[in-house]
Amino acid sequence: MEEIVKILEELDWSPLFISLKTGIAATFISFFLGIFAARKAVKASPRKKAVIDGILTLPMVLPPTAAGFFLLLLFSRRRPFGSFLFEQFDLKVVQTWLGCVIAATVIAFPLMYRNARAAMEQIDMNLVYAGRTLGMSDLRIFWTVIVPTAGPGIASGTVLTFARALGEYGATSMLAGNIPGRTGTISQKIAMVIQDGDYLTAGIWVGIVMIIAFLIIFLMNLISGKKMKHIGRW
Amino acid sequence: MAVNVDIQKQLGDFRLDIRFKSSARRIGILGASGSGKSMTLKSIAGIEQPDRGIIEADGRIFYDRERRISLKPQERNVGYLFQNYALFPTMTVEKNIAAGLKGSRKEKEARVREMIRKFRLEGLERHLPGQLSGGQQQRTALARIMACGPGMILLDEPFSALDMYMKDQLQRELSGMLEEYPGTVILVSHNRDEVYRFSEELLVIDQGSIVAEGETKALFRDPVSREAARLTGCKNFSRARRIDAHTVEAADWGVTLTVKREVPEYIKWIGYRAHDFVPVWETGGNGRMLPFTLEGIAELPFEKNYYIKTGSGATVCWFVQREQEHLLDEKGMPLFLAFNEDKILFLK
Repeated sequence: MEEIVKILEELDWSPLFISLKTGIAATFISFFLGIFAARKAVKASPRKKAVIDGILTLPMVLPPTAAGFFLLLLFSRRRPFGSFLFEQFDLKVVQTWLGCVIAATVIAFPLMYRNARAAMEQIDMNLVYAGRTLGMSDLRIFWTVIVPTAGPGIASGTVLTFARALGEYGATSMLAGNIPGRTGTISQKIAMVIQDGDYLTAGIWVGIVMIIAFLIIFLMNLISGKKMKHIGRW
Repeated sequence: MAVNVDIQKQLGDFRLDIRFKSSARRIGILGASGSGKSMTLKSIAGIEQPDRGIIEADGRIFYDRERRISLKPQERNVGYLFQNYALFPTMTVEKNIAAGLKGSRKEKEARVREMIRKFRLEGLERHLPGQLSGGQQQRTALARIMACGPGMILLDEPFSALDMYMKDQLQRELSGMLEEYPGTVILVSHNRDEVYRFSEELLVIDQGSIVAEGETKALFRDPVSREAARLTGCKNFSRARRIDAHTVEAADWGVTLTVKREVPEYIKWIGYRAHDFVPVWETGGNGRMLPFTLEGIAELPFEKNYYIKTGSGATVCWFVQREQEHLLDEKGMPLFLAFNEDKILFLK
């Protein structure tokens, strides 16, 4: 027990903040991109939809390290796109926090997209038609009718996206590396201390992640439970 | 006020080819499910696109393939009442009503209040659609449509999901609410009672095209085509052979009928409504009446259905309302069923 207190007192909390920051940023980006992509997919013809779907779901099916490999190829400063970003915008992705965010976004995005799409596909087309005959623009119908009606699906997509982004390891370690205080996320910290045989510190970090996970899910359920009154109970 | 529709659309094997012109205020479209009646309505509203043709309403062109005109549904100013009402489930009653409104906040609020009052929705402003009864939902949907001041209203099977009691009540309510509405209203239904009750002019659609049209009551009296007769509720059909201007043979029933009216040249079928038979207890009706060979009886709350086997093997239905049943109780089963010649339908 004393040992735990001692570790907690001396603990470097930076992995927590880096993970939270990364998770929030990646969820924020995925939320809008995912809904946007879902809207495109729902409106597309079946063949187009299959293509969009395949590409957007790939990062979820691929091993994260394989996704990390592609990201590394894309953003490496020795490659055209990476050097372009660096020279034109002074943006460094590899070995930076931006790399953390990009890796987490790419891996977690499909969860947002797929959940949003599934929720939108469930929506009664008559709601869209009704909106149109009432003179509402398609964009307005989308944000005031479709998104709120698809609310529960979108909310659960957001939770899953956040959870996935928070725990991302494989692609992050390849793209952003594990630089303590800058790109060292909780997952990477756990892996690192385990390698040193420090099970106690690893256990403490595992405990912290679990608390966060429970808190987030509890919070989201609370919100969606309040807002989704129109949905019947079983 | 006039509607001019002339549209064609191919959907796999199904071909929609609808042409009609009407200046009636209340138009009914009667057809079985899958006949293309809903597709017609959706094309008028702009929710579906025909392949070619013209749609015109009150002098405004909604769609004209040749001139490459196709107004968006938002521009057509047509109110559409969906079967399930399509109320926005996350919006309250007042938000639903305000959904399509333009203008300043004040104007919108005033308009919503006016609609709430007019459609008796006071006290339900903050309710979600899921918390409303069927009647309240219908009133909200109609208030939402009326708030926008539509130039035309389309009703797409508004009652078919309801039970009989609710149906009657909501039909009365809807007719009442539409009473003052000056524009054209088109009702689509598969239910003959609904269209009979509602429409001044009636179109009967079968397999994508119009098989009969005209003033509603006249069309029920004389449906002209077999499909129209069937959809307006006629149960009994026989192939017909015209013998002369006043004599026709109903081949499937084994009877020859003499009428004062002229039998049209086009006649292919004879139709006779199941309620219109006259029971006969005396002998001697051979050749002009149906011999009463009972095949089966079905008992309903307010009538009895008798199924009669004819000489050729065809079955004829005779519906007897409860008030008349005492005759059968007193006299027993009739020997013949006679035809009232005014009620015989000559059909194409």
